[in-house]
Amino acid sequence: MMSTNPVLSTSTEPKRPSPDIPSRPSVSDRSRARRGRWLAEVGWKYPVAILIVAYAVFPLLYVLSAALRPGGRLAGSSALFSALDFGNFAALLETPYWRWGFNSLVIAGITSIGTVLMGAAAAYAFSRFRFSGRRASLTGLLLIQMFPQTVAFVAIFLMLLALGDAVPALAINSKIALICVYLGGALGANTFLMYGFFNSIPNELDESAKIDGASHAQIFWRIIMPLVTPVLAVVGLLGFISAFNEFILARIVLVSQGNWTLAVGMYAWVSNELNSNWGLFAAGAVIASIPLLALFLSLQRYIVGGLTAGSVKG
Amino acid sequence: MTVQEDARSRSATRGDGPPERESHARGWRGLGWGFLVKLLLMALVNAIGLSVILGAVRSESWFILGAAIVLLVATDVIYFTKRALPLKYMAPGLIFLLVFQIFSLVYTGYVAFTNYGSGHSGSQAQAVQAALIQAEQRVPDSPSYPLSVVSRGDELGFAIADSDGDVRVGTELEPLSVQPDAEVGGAGAPTEVPGWTVIPRAEVLTDTELQQRVTALRVPVSDDPEEGSIRTRDGTSGAVYLSSLDWDPDTETLTETATGKVYSASDRGSFVAEDGSSLPAGWSVPVGFENFVRAFTDTNYAAPLLQVTVWTFAFAILTTLSSFGLGLLLAIIYNDSRVRGRKLIRTLFILPYAFPVFMSALLWRGMLNPEFGIVNDLLFFGADLNWFQDPTLARFAVLWVNLWLSFPYWFLVCTGALQALPADTLEAAEIDGAGRFRRFRSIMLPLLLVSTAPLAIASFAFSFNNFTLIYLLTGGGPNFAGSTSQLGATDLLINAVYQISGVSGGSSDYGLASALSIIIFIVIGAISAVAFRQTRKLEEMQ
Repeated sequence: MMSTNPVLSTSTEPKRPSPDIPSRPSVSDRSRARRGRWLAEVGWKYPVAILIVAYAVFPLLYVLSAALRPGGRLAGSSALFSALDFGNFAALLETPYWRWGFNSLVIAGITSIGTVLMGAAAAYAFSRFRFSGRRASLTGLLLIQMFPQTVAFVAIFLMLLALGDAVPALAINSKIALICVYLGGALGANTFLMYGFFNSIPNELDESAKIDGASHAQIFWRIIMPLVTPVLAVVGLLGFISAFNEFILARIVLVSQGNWTLAVGMYAWVSNELNSNWGLFAAGAVIASIPLLALFLSLQRYIVGGLTAGSVKG
Repeated sequence: MTVQEDARSRSATRGDGPPERESHARGWRGLGWGFLVKLLLMALVNAIGLSVILGAVRSESWFILGAAIVLLVATDVIYFTKRALPLKYMAPGLIFLLVFQIFSLVYTGYVAFTNYGSGHSGSQAQAVQAALIQAEQRVPDSPSYPLSVVSRGDELGFAIADSDGDVRVGTELEPLSVQPDAEVGGAGAPTEVPGWTVIPRAEVLTDTELQQRVTALRVPVSDDPEEGSIRTRDGTSGAVYLSSLDWDPDTETLTETATGKVYSASDRGSFVAEDGSSLPAGWSVPVGFENFVRAFTDTNYAAPLLQVTVWTFAFAILTTLSSFGLGLLLAIIYNDSRVRGRKLIRTLFILPYAFPVFMSALLWRGMLNPEFGIVNDLLFFGADLNWFQDPTLARFAVLWVNLWLSFPYWFLVCTGALQALPADTLEAAEIDGAGRFRRFRSIMLPLLLVSTAPLAIASFAFSFNNFTLIYLLTGGGPNFAGSTSQLGATDLLINAVYQISGVSGGSSDYGLASALSIIIFIVIGAISAVAFRQTRKLEEMQ
């Protein structure tokens, strides 16, 4: 069977030449044929990979090169990595960059922690308790998930305008207000992902703990939570990344420059053709993306699991 | 922990000790840390809730007051009774969901049926107040009072010495009131006011920013807006300004006192005179389906919005298909153990996905810049392709950049899905003599679609609303020629909503913007519903 159609075989073992071929071709003939087949089946994949890698990686190299080039303008191809100057990085100190970065970190960090805690608690309730309205609430969450919060940004803006009169902490231009708005989307987006994961943990664990006298809170914090750490990490990281990247709500809620996040602030640096500063942008992009790249690549395995389980970035 | 220890100690006493019964007091171990933490958290929640309630009372926001009371009582009931166990876990998320998502969806629905926007905001009472203030003029021959500018923190106010020799102080929000212990200087203006800092005259005259704030400031004479306000032109003397309009609540009319012109309240939320002129201040009123009708018929918006809608669908479909296609193709090619360095290849492929999205969009904005961008320079040999001025090029650029952004996602997803395919099914097809293409089309693709179709739907919905990409990359441009709508060839519907709503400044039309949001919701909801039903069918076929 193996020799019937070797070219089409997707079997992953290397092909062995059959020992019982009647008229043996010469060694050089055979190796040439083998090389030809290798080229047709495997070899061409390397040049293609190089092409795709160039597409994927070139912009990132370009931003690195731009960051290391003195001056605020982007350069053409001849100037790629032509200079090694850290002036742009030093210049960041005189901009609100670090403040924006701190804002982004705080907003995305609190959003991510809140999302994980609230999502996990709700998933625990759905997974472990049987109560009336459970199915209806699950369906309701699924429905709400379809209607992204960002589309309702006009209403959110008007709501914060009105809310600000009564509760100054939730007015327009408050970071707390933005975090609250982000947390409003926490249940819809993540409960399902966690719910599935919680269901995969056998109920017997809870029951034995219950017999030992543990309360429902003890079961949740001491038994379930440690077991679901991987999914908590995924939800936390995806929540962080999406809040970090969020632009439209941050732009309409955060008005004063000191409260901006990186997304809003760095947009302001380059959106205006006349006084755009690409050097600062590039340096800032390099600094901000390196920790994210590292985090993402190190947690890659978990993230892929999380992605296929139903949350989307873009 | 405490439970086991408790049990152990109890069994110990029963085992060896004398049959002496332990007192209950000794066995009581307190309520435990968990309870303390809960008590502390609930105290915090109640404190926050009470401050919201007080704030709502102070600002007379009755709706917020009602909502805050209901939520606070519900929270206390949930956490201080032994019932409602599942709600104890869902309450925090549910409250945020209710307030910041469900309410905003409902509110969008409400605003869509009103004419809320520039010139129509708030209630009629607020509009009357605004109209009265806007029509204020200095009363001819009215006395002027010696005045000092005072401040308290950031707040500015006026202190005047009135004709009785009393000093009265007030701010924009607080009407004038007598300050008994203030001192008046030689020029007649107050020099010292307890609780306030008197700003020296020289500073008022030299600081232009302060000057602007001072000349814009109006301090009401009393709580009644019809009594007018004190204003100043020079920062040294203040005069009474009275509204040239007179409000009659019974007939709901504003009358110009000098000319006798009557503006009466219309059912469209403005004050209109008989000659058709109207006052700039208005209030919002329900207008039925007018916003929806306008979206399709308004000469200014209908044609651009149609183009925007078509492009939104085209973008969402094309970008999902192209990135799914490239991702799948690459996943099939490199899901091959004979290729060496697959781990490295894979890591390099997904780098764009790990790079923050907003930075990617901005970075490409720079790279595609026609003047100094590297794309023209390197790929098109310095050709002068104007990526952001030509509609076709701009649309292509958007698709190209989003392909770069999202093919890694599909590469990851498809690789995962491919590795999960049942090997025996594929092998069976191979034995049956199915060709490579046939195996892909009839076996692999259907199996892959089962796991990836829901993600493709989600990706479609996400692309449909991908505001960030468009706004940061092209800003929606190039603008449609011959239209004043400010919409452009790469604008998605949500970008149009942003543009029309005016939340970023300029004239606003919240009603029309919300109506468009509702249309987006309907489209997304319908497509998701149909698509999920299809995928369920796909699943059942297996």
